[in-house]
Amino acid sequence: MTLADTQPQALEFECETGNYHTFCPISCVAWLYQKIEDSFFLVIGTKTCGYFLQNAMGVMIFAEPRYAMAELEEGDISAQLNDYDELKRLCDQIKRDRNPSVIVWIGTCTTEIIKMDLEGLAPRLEAEIGIPIVVARANGLDYAFTQGEDTVLAAMAHRCPSKAPVVESEKKERNAIASLLNFGKKKEDVTAEESEYHKHPPLVLFGSLPDPVVTQLTLELKRQGIQVSGWLPSKRYTELPVIEEGYYVSGINPFLSRTATTLMRRRKCKLIGAPFPIGPDGTRAWLEKICSVFNIEPQGLDEREAQIWASLEDYLQLIRGKSVFFMGDNLLEVSLARFLIRCGMTCPEIGIPYMDKRYQAAELAFLEKTCQEMGVPLPRIVEKPDNYNQFQRINELKPDLVITGMAHANPLEARGINTKWSVEFTFAQIHGFTNARDILELVTRPLRRNNNLKDLGWDKLVKEEAKV
Amino acid sequence: MKLAYWMYAGPAHIGTLRIASSFKNVHAIMHGPLGDDYFNVMRSMLERERNFTPVTTSVVDRHVLARGSQEKVVDIITRKDAEEHPDLIVLTPTCTSSILQEDLHNFVERATIETQADALLADVNHYRVNELQAADRTLEQIIQFYIDKDRKHIPQGKTAKPSVNIIGMSTLGFHNLHDCTELKRLMADLGIEVNEVIPEGASVHNLKNLPQAWFNLVPYRELGMMAARYLEKEFGTPYVDITPMGVVETARCIRAIQKVLNAQGADVNYEEYIEEQTLHVSQAAWFSRSIDCQNLTGKKAVVFGDNTHAAAMTKILAREMGIHVVWAGTYCKYDADWFREQVSEYCDEVLITDDHGAIGDAIARIEPSAIFGTQMERHVGKRLNIPCGVIAAPVHIQNFPIGYKPFLGYEGTNQICDLVYNSFTLGMEDHLLEIFGGHDTKEVITKAMSAGSDLGWTAEGQAELNKIPGFVRGKVKRNTEKFARERGFNEITVEVMYAAKESVGA
Repeated sequence: MTLADTQPQALEFECETGNYHTFCPISCVAWLYQKIEDSFFLVIGTKTCGYFLQNAMGVMIFAEPRYAMAELEEGDISAQLNDYDELKRLCDQIKRDRNPSVIVWIGTCTTEIIKMDLEGLAPRLEAEIGIPIVVARANGLDYAFTQGEDTVLAAMAHRCPSKAPVVESEKKERNAIASLLNFGKKKEDVTAEESEYHKHPPLVLFGSLPDPVVTQLTLELKRQGIQVSGWLPSKRYTELPVIEEGYYVSGINPFLSRTATTLMRRRKCKLIGAPFPIGPDGTRAWLEKICSVFNIEPQGLDEREAQIWASLEDYLQLIRGKSVFFMGDNLLEVSLARFLIRCGMTCPEIGIPYMDKRYQAAELAFLEKTCQEMGVPLPRIVEKPDNYNQFQRINELKPDLVITGMAHANPLEARGINTKWSVEFTFAQIHGFTNARDILELVTRPLRRNNNLKDLGWDKLVKEEAKV
Repeated sequence: MKLAYWMYAGPAHIGTLRIASSFKNVHAIMHGPLGDDYFNVMRSMLERERNFTPVTTSVVDRHVLARGSQEKVVDIITRKDAEEHPDLIVLTPTCTSSILQEDLHNFVERATIETQADALLADVNHYRVNELQAADRTLEQIIQFYIDKDRKHIPQGKTAKPSVNIIGMSTLGFHNLHDCTELKRLMADLGIEVNEVIPEGASVHNLKNLPQAWFNLVPYRELGMMAARYLEKEFGTPYVDITPMGVVETARCIRAIQKVLNAQGADVNYEEYIEEQTLHVSQAAWFSRSIDCQNLTGKKAVVFGDNTHAAAMTKILAREMGIHVVWAGTYCKYDADWFREQVSEYCDEVLITDDHGAIGDAIARIEPSAIFGTQMERHVGKRLNIPCGVIAAPVHIQNFPIGYKPFLGYEGTNQICDLVYNSFTLGMEDHLLEIFGGHDTKEVITKAMSAGSDLGWTAEGQAELNKIPGFVRGKVKRNTEKFARERGFNEITVEVMYAAKESVGA
């Protein structure tokens, strides 16, 4: 054994051809329009974009959702039509039909290629129709899948009010989450409770999560005496959080690096770089990091984490010692791999569309630490993977589970490889202590399904019949 | 620019990819941004396909935008040639990359110097045609390519026995695979050999055999017409383009086949077969005469879909079942004249549009007893509480049933009867509904079971209950009855209702 082998290995990063399957970043519309209840999303693109939203996302337009396509036609592409007039016509119609508080223009590959100046057109049109227009370039030339949300939140970060309103009573109204948490309590209790919070600089969290998860994470911080001043995005565009210079911000998802950069550079916020609150280990590390920044001694996290792990034991028994391979799709890969390694799995490869080593620094360090503590080899991290090459490696490694995009699930299953769709982790509630079980519910489902099938005796049933 | 919420037909590259991936051992290269590759998802998920979809992206990213594709496209073609050994590689841009106006044709030519496979650039305008038109054109293009290439090796003359090419069966088509099985059975019954089925499962090397067939059968108006016309022009092969859907049209199709065969020296007479199938094998004719169907008299329906299915369904409803088709519509705007000609005598009004809003309004205006349309109309129907049978693409996972559900041929007529029967409320059920005022009249206040009716509601109690909003009414009713049962009341008055309410503290 050489000396080099005894030293802890560092994470290895590779980059392949980038020929992998993922969803178009405009898919973020599917969850953001639901999250921001007074919004309207207008995707400015071609038939190809529209058919994607309609089909691959399985989000159908039956219930008259608050999003639509501005379908570019030949006249738009060849610049025979005036972009401003065309967009004005559509936005007028949207205003008339829906009257949203904000229209989010989602730029696509096509608007990039024809160099449509959306950022230039928006302020003029906004002034003319009297509805804020936010421009996000969620195009597939530069971004993958979940990064679409990043482009929207980065654009919205510019729209957060920069001054807290002066009037005290108004301030309370504005804090939607706090009032939600205080629901049903008497006024005196609320004021009494506010003093339960430690004195600390304001903290704004960014990342779109379903409302119950927002409440859960807000409560976890409250248990540590930390008050969340607001979330980006909020439930309503009109309730975007106040962001002043010097506020602390923290992202709850690994794909939000542009939003983080925007908040730091443009809004002069301080970023708390923590592992992401995915899995009990990640949630604890996230809370501890925020506490440490505010000089607060975390309370009861040992017990809380232990209690969650104990409640997961039935699932852990199914996956301990098994291996998981991430093909790379939604940028949640590193956080999920770290959690699953902590659960006792091994992970030979983490494919990921894009790796921002600075924004994910804390998560990467935590991954390394987790691997060392669990005594398993470090995964290779493959940025911009090549699916074809990955299939060869999967063939060799025979992992117990492959987390993959939708296009490859059936073919892999047909070849005897267990799969789980990566998109499910994008849509499921996976953040915080409570939802760790949901992650394992997804991860173990193929394994449990196979056990069930085995018990049914498919391999014998038909043959036994034949003997009679 | 067009404000769009829903599309009845996909973009052009989807059509091209459907054709390419239907063929055996053909690989497609889609030149476009990463996210444009959702065809692979559709095929893998909807068809529950076990094999990897033979489509690879030649990724258009920021670098390509800045510097052009350079060697990228050529490299991916030669790479896939080496990895997959396909017979043919079809290159297609998407709406997005077609704007870049790169000389893709040149890339293909350069690549073919090195590749074992043939390579071809799909000749489609991505802003002028949709999925269906592109599929039709790509199929013609591939056939033409191989006819030209193999011209010296084309077998001379026709097959000894009457034979047919079935053209237009493709992956992600509406019930295509089941239709294909049914058509093969039909041809076998008629003593006609199936020469080739294209493109589904066909090898490009066999395309040179197409001219051997006595005729081409094009069951779908949307896919295969261009190929059939090309083969007629080139080799004089006649084609039959009557969709064999419903007993009348199936008979018409078979008679057209008979005519085509006899013109080429065969001596066939299918009348007996048609008679036997229509009266004894297909249940459709009997279904129309059965007592169940009597109650269809005067029922109103609307029909919407692609040309093939909407036209055929309109004819079936009007001619075979005596249902009043108020309007029939198609989203195939590019082929509207044909549709008008086909259906105008079978319906009051013809609707040509791809605006799902206009169709929804037209349905609401008529309030038909049943809709026959696409998934979109099914959802419109759900909102209006009108049943809908799905008869046409855009495809949905429901259009890839595990069981055998063809729309064409005699088995297709049976399956359509089921569809119609299940869409309308028919027969005895219909009769009883009329007598007793329906399942869900206003007096019946909850769909959920409230454990039999040992309890009586007084008129006032009932009136009070009806004031409660519908969505909680069932719950209130159940809670009140539970309370009454526990306390031994056998009649529910307004007082009992409020006592129950107080007891649960609501």
